[in-house]
Amino acid sequence: MKIITDKSIPHTATLSLVQQKVIASLRHRQRKETWFRRLGYSAVLISLALVAILFANIFSKGLPAFWQSAITLDIYFDPQIIAISAKPERRADELTADYQQRFLAWQTEVGFINFNRLITDSLQKLVPDGTKHKRDLARLVTSGERFALRDMVVAEPSIIGQTRRLNLLTDANIDVWLKGNIDRSLPDEQQQLSANMRDWVDALAANGVIKNRFSLALFMNADSRSSLASAGLAGAFMGSFYMMLVVIFLAVPMAVGAAIYLEEFAPRNKLTDLVEVNINNLAAVPSIVFGLLGASVLIGWFNLPMSAPIVGGLVLSLMTLPTVIIATRSTLKAIPPSIRQAALGLGASKMQSIFHHVLPLAIPGILTGAILGVAQALGETAPLLLIGMKSFVASVPASPLEQASALPVQIYLWQGNELRNFFEARTSAAIIVLLMMMLSLNGVAIWLRRKYQRHW
Amino acid sequence: MSNLSLILVLLLVMALGYQFGLVRSRNVAKSQLNVPMHSRSHHYGMLVALWAALPAFIILLLWLLLAPTVINSMLLSAVPIDVTSLKADELRVMLQRISNLAGNFGVVADAEPWERAAAVHLRQLKANSTIVLSALMAVIVAIGMLVSLYSITPKLKARQQIERVVKVLLILCSAVAVLTTIGIVLSMVGETLKFFSYIPPTEFFFGTSWNPRFSTVGTQQQGSFGLLPLLAGTTLIAGIAMLVAIPLGLMVAVYLAEYASLRFRNIAKPLIEVLAGIPTIVYGFFALVSVGPFLRDLGAALGLNINATSALTAGVVMGIMIIPFISSLSDDILTQVPKAMRDGSLGLGATKSETILKVVLPAALPGIVGAVLLAASRAIGETMIVVLAAGNSPALTANPFEAVSTVTVTIVNQLTGDNDFSSPQSLVAFALGLTLFVITLLLNVMALVIVRKYREQYE
Repeated sequence: MKIITDKSIPHTATLSLVQQKVIASLRHRQRKETWFRRLGYSAVLISLALVAILFANIFSKGLPAFWQSAITLDIYFDPQIIAISAKPERRADELTADYQQRFLAWQTEVGFINFNRLITDSLQKLVPDGTKHKRDLARLVTSGERFALRDMVVAEPSIIGQTRRLNLLTDANIDVWLKGNIDRSLPDEQQQLSANMRDWVDALAANGVIKNRFSLALFMNADSRSSLASAGLAGAFMGSFYMMLVVIFLAVPMAVGAAIYLEEFAPRNKLTDLVEVNINNLAAVPSIVFGLLGASVLIGWFNLPMSAPIVGGLVLSLMTLPTVIIATRSTLKAIPPSIRQAALGLGASKMQSIFHHVLPLAIPGILTGAILGVAQALGETAPLLLIGMKSFVASVPASPLEQASALPVQIYLWQGNELRNFFEARTSAAIIVLLMMMLSLNGVAIWLRRKYQRHW
Repeated sequence: MSNLSLILVLLLVMALGYQFGLVRSRNVAKSQLNVPMHSRSHHYGMLVALWAALPAFIILLLWLLLAPTVINSMLLSAVPIDVTSLKADELRVMLQRISNLAGNFGVVADAEPWERAAAVHLRQLKANSTIVLSALMAVIVAIGMLVSLYSITPKLKARQQIERVVKVLLILCSAVAVLTTIGIVLSMVGETLKFFSYIPPTEFFFGTSWNPRFSTVGTQQQGSFGLLPLLAGTTLIAGIAMLVAIPLGLMVAVYLAEYASLRFRNIAKPLIEVLAGIPTIVYGFFALVSVGPFLRDLGAALGLNINATSALTAGVVMGIMIIPFISSLSDDILTQVPKAMRDGSLGLGATKSETILKVVLPAALPGIVGAVLLAASRAIGETMIVVLAAGNSPALTANPFEAVSTVTVTIVNQLTGDNDFSSPQSLVAFALGLTLFVITLLLNVMALVIVRKYREQYE
């Protein structure tokens, strides 16, 4: 479009009144054009800025939580404190049940040992005035670490009598204090840590005894309420993993089957029209309604266990089904009829023409749709709350039938924790993990589409 | 044997059947060289595998469905107390106790002798059931495999039979989608009717106060279950979301479809669509810890009293979530408008913006309305943002700066991990869910009809 600029217009004096009017209106219209264009451009910029703000916000909050303050201690596994009999060995002539019995008795014996003493004894060497405030001393290290020491002894009894240098997680409040997430000028009664603890911690941090270390606990541990610093994502991750398995092995094949039937075999009549409208509607039904379906049908009628990943997986499968059906159908639709006709012409049956020729060509598209469906299911929270996955689970589920949490639900649970200063960062870290998983799934889908996309 | 190992054995049987069928069909072909086989040998293998495993699998499913009822009734007939005098709840509690005892979960100390006997009986019954089931399946597998193996002749149309089975499977797959809808409607209607037996529908639909006190079942005070405050909150938040999303989304679509260079479009469009892929819980958290406090401080600077968790916070963040939804749907629709219409307008001397505003947008209007309706239905059904950021206070208010509650939030509050749906306090979740389902369904159907009409116009 050629735009009349000011230079191409002759001087005003030589123009008639009408011409002047036209020029004025042209200027006005061009100004409007520029403004409209700028409006559109700024809308795009605002949207992009929102994406950037969202990510910057989450990452700036969450990244520090991947490192957590830990204290380096020389733990002496004192035989006087760990006074236990030898770990039972399996005898050749012994029944399994008898061995189990003896092993359990031994474990109970181990359970009665005060492993906190090991930690406080070691701390006393670093904190000279610590003996006066034993209670404060014990609070420096998060309570879950004594179970870590116990597990070390159970796994390797020969450790008794030896000294090991270990990195133990400090209490969550110490992490908050050292990261500056709490106002240091607050009066004593509003501080979570006592005055001498604060002094010790600052001194130890200055010595390099307490350091920020990469937090393996975040990835290796299940959720915890008693020992907040060692609360991790492992349980939620496994729960989500089992649910994704159910979705992949149930929803995806079923959706592909349904799409093949509807696209290739179904006669065009009122009934299939209804099925199509129904599937389109199902794709837009709010996710929470699927949660209600799961609560009343799967748990209420079929008596499936509450909070189990298998139930969550079933609910998410029903939810992703229409998405994958629609994606698969559009992929099948895009494959030219000449492929089918060629196969049929060479004597293949209809089933053969589809399974041997059409489907292999459609696989990249189907995979893309399936991955996007799985990613959608991975991030879904609301339906899971209704089938009891909101409950606190402190163990890593060993099978899809056990109680478990899921990554998005873990985020929901953590954001509500009372120790806000600590869990705001921890929740953001969990979000980063979830977002990374979803982005990599989406990345794979985009890569597949780019690599195998064909234009017929 | 457990059900899982039974299924694994069935898979093994399928593999074996396939091999047997393959070998058998080759032998048949060798022995009758003058008659050509109807199908390829792997078809016969598949046929044998199907005949061996499918009937047994169906038996397994039926057994799993029916056995618990049969076992319970057998158990009840053996229990020494009068079963008919018990209420449904008491009966369920009793059965649960016995099955806990049988599974070693129960506390053995406080169990009565007859309960212990019943638990032993139950364990025996369950063991018997597994044995009978395994034996039955073994027999059926054997019969199926033998019959199908010996029926392999050159004339047997193995391929057609398999294709028929596959087709039935495909039909079953597509039936699941329909069954899901039916399941949603039936389960929710059933529970809603139960709810209406406690609370009359007029009180639910027209009540202006929401205060479901969690009281024990049977007491007179049931609390008030008025839908209107929740519906008002939902509309308020969805309205704010649409106010944010429609102008931004539409302008983004217009710019990307009409002005942007191909390169800019290829970069900007996927980046904006990232917003659509972010889980809603993330938006909720963002709203709660960042947007809410920001709006509160902004309000304080302007002399307004804005709650950190309010309809405004939830609405604004939900609007951000919906931007890509509106922008990509409208983008598709704008690019569908025929080029001839633009050229005609430009040829008459209109500027580009005049063409867009007076020709392209009016032509695309039905489609855009459809997109907006779809986005609205998503906003109404959105849960996690509202759970975290709307403040959860079911007050009937039109002030966007105050905390409100919505239909979805209330569903989550009334029904979190409870499998006892007998009180109106938890049943109301289903009534709310049904209301939500109907509202979104209407919006979706309207949008689909409009979009479909529009497509026909230009295709």
